[in-house]
Amino acid sequence: MKTFHIGGVHPRDNKQFSAHQPIVECPLPKQAIIPLVQHIGAPAQAVVEVGAKVKVGELLAKAGGFVSANICSPVSGTVIKIGDWTDAWGAPGQAIFIDVEGDEWLPEIDRTPDLARQCTLEPKAIIDKIAAAGIVGLGGACFPTHVKLLPPPGKKAEVLIVNGVECEPYLTCDHQLMLEHGEEIMIGIKILMKALGVQRAIIGIENNKKDAIEHMQKLAQSNLGIEVLPLRLKYPQGGEKQLIDACIGRQVPSGALPIEVGAVVDNVATIFAIYEAVQKNKPLISRVMTVTGRHVAKPGNYLVRFGTPIEEVIAQAGGVPADTGKIIGGGPMMGRAMDHVENMPANKRLSGLLFLPEAESVRKEEENCIRCGKCVQACPMGLEPYLLSRLSELEMWEELEKHDIMDCIDCGCCVFTCPAHRRLLDGIRPGKAKVGAILRERAAAAAAEKK
Amino acid sequence: MKNFIVTPAPHAHSGDSVRKNMLLVIIALLPAYVVSVIEFGWGALITAAISVAACVLTEWLISRYLLKEQRQTIGDFSAVLTGLLLAFNLPSNIDWWIVVVGAIVAIGVGKMTFGGLGQNPFNPALVGRVFLLISFPVQMTTWPLPKGFATSYLDAETGATPLYYLKHMVKTGDLSVMNQLPELRDAFFGVMGGSLGEVCALALIFGGLLLIITRVITWHIPVSIIATVALFAWIGTPEGMESGQYVAYELLSGGLMLGAFFMATDFVTSPMTAWGKIIFGVGIGFIMMVIRTWGAYPEGMSFAILIMNACVPLLNKLRPQRFGEKKK
Repeated sequence: MKTFHIGGVHPRDNKQFSAHQPIVECPLPKQAIIPLVQHIGAPAQAVVEVGAKVKVGELLAKAGGFVSANICSPVSGTVIKIGDWTDAWGAPGQAIFIDVEGDEWLPEIDRTPDLARQCTLEPKAIIDKIAAAGIVGLGGACFPTHVKLLPPPGKKAEVLIVNGVECEPYLTCDHQLMLEHGEEIMIGIKILMKALGVQRAIIGIENNKKDAIEHMQKLAQSNLGIEVLPLRLKYPQGGEKQLIDACIGRQVPSGALPIEVGAVVDNVATIFAIYEAVQKNKPLISRVMTVTGRHVAKPGNYLVRFGTPIEEVIAQAGGVPADTGKIIGGGPMMGRAMDHVENMPANKRLSGLLFLPEAESVRKEEENCIRCGKCVQACPMGLEPYLLSRLSELEMWEELEKHDIMDCIDCGCCVFTCPAHRRLLDGIRPGKAKVGAILRERAAAAAAEKK
Repeated sequence: MKNFIVTPAPHAHSGDSVRKNMLLVIIALLPAYVVSVIEFGWGALITAAISVAACVLTEWLISRYLLKEQRQTIGDFSAVLTGLLLAFNLPSNIDWWIVVVGAIVAIGVGKMTFGGLGQNPFNPALVGRVFLLISFPVQMTTWPLPKGFATSYLDAETGATPLYYLKHMVKTGDLSVMNQLPELRDAFFGVMGGSLGEVCALALIFGGLLLIITRVITWHIPVSIIATVALFAWIGTPEGMESGQYVAYELLSGGLMLGAFFMATDFVTSPMTAWGKIIFGVGIGFIMMVIRTWGAYPEGMSFAILIMNACVPLLNKLRPQRFGEKKK
């Protein structure tokens, strides 16, 4: 069975809590909070005004640049405020607040569960529809999907790689989506293949989801060019570069995009959203979130409209467990710990909520580095985390650049594996930010000189 | 509004710890230690006990009273391991106070002067051993014969080790001492003279494989050392002797197996990357054979490892293979 070739770790997957829990729709909130940044890139710009009446699916904010995404209304009601808002991690931003009234949808949206198989649109029209629907990568990075589908001049996609790996422990939303909406995903894949002009698609699924592999394999039989590839369990297989390596054995060079090796990667949840946008005219206004944890009363997979305060989602799962020490937005390897749950809405970026008991929430005390090299063995990018962390502490930016710090994907394998409990990423992250800033400055200076 | 614990990702850990690694190495050394006790009796028990106690005490005293550390590190078992490894490298009938001197040098000079665990460039147990070898050459090279508990601790019957005879043969071409060598089978099971813990190749290989399986160490260092020694011995077989036999004796005698699996693989003093480890191992095997063949000492494992320890910062300049560097 295939997997990626450098590094990787084997965390316990802990998916048993919420695996195979059918997707349950979360009730509509009284008030929705719609942040204007739900993607990588420039913030979206509000196109509605306070007092405006909106319907579900109406455009609330348009993409604020080339790398940006539209935001459509997930609810119907009245816009009561557009202004400052702070997320659960303390980052300031802007949000649109809507008082929810009923559930009135734009008429062109097809809300029936019927499968819409035929797609006669041209590639350009497909991509335009995806952009209009505000679709971003739902696997975690939230990169605007339509940007990925427009390869730079001279580059040609050869294969679409579908990410059904879900390598983060605990999370099960993609798994359940494949089980319940496999056919829609298949149609979505065909639409994407058409948009990209590729003849081949590979669905990569890790071997801890055997039923999803079987289900998708059965569906793929009647679809020419689509194959399902079971992958050997290893974290971070869902990382874009790792997944391409695992599926087609090509490694995307440092600093390059997947298109360099002829690949485009999209997550199954993203592809489901593409199906809904293209075939049903439904923009991205909701997603499946996993709410889970060892002591969560009703762990499960919830279909949540964006803007719904996560407190209401948590209530669906039986409330915050009494011994909770940490609430994580996302999975335990790359998810971010939230300071509080108030005033925080579900949004495109939030793939799940994980409640860790207090005993698992505190990091162990750091000991001396024993130079065992396990971080080097674990790093999926072939970097030297012990060295990067030390060089960051010493603020040796040039050395950091030489040692390829910008290749770090933040996966956490080094910290996970370190027997001395060194917090290597705490050092590497600021170093990466600084070197990134230096590189951007240099590029800007070079561009200015050219002029 | 309840505030929760906020720390950067990742929020999961493998559960591995320094202590777990040290304990696994200690466990992996136990089979060889059991053989030593059977072969050398009381001497093996007394020497190891003194060495471990002296190492732990030295670390605690220095950390507590000289460095005035708040947190004591003896709980990570690294000092216990150093003590055990030092004892493994000493003749079992050596005077107790020499063991204590060795332990103080190993931990005091070899480890704590550099800042404790993780900071030392040289393998502490070997620093202690080589200090003793140079300071007390007679005591350090008088090995008791394996007579079990019939050997008394201090005035044991002693004899030369196979390495002495091998060197004699290689240097002089005089093969008449060949019958003095132990049977190969005895060398494999450890029925021969030598330092406390180095005699039983079988037990050491078993322990080493345990470490590789439990991923405490990787295969690179032991395999590259053993392969280099075997190749060197094959080429340098003295005339009149069968190559296979000579290679087997070189591999099974002295501190080779102990060094290859347990001393050279010390985390702190070995390279980080796979290629670094391989070059490190080749260097150790080569230097050791040069010393065994032409040097003043019959055995060169300790010196070889220490010399290569000094090269580790240089070997760490070798990068691991970066993602994306592979040809398409």
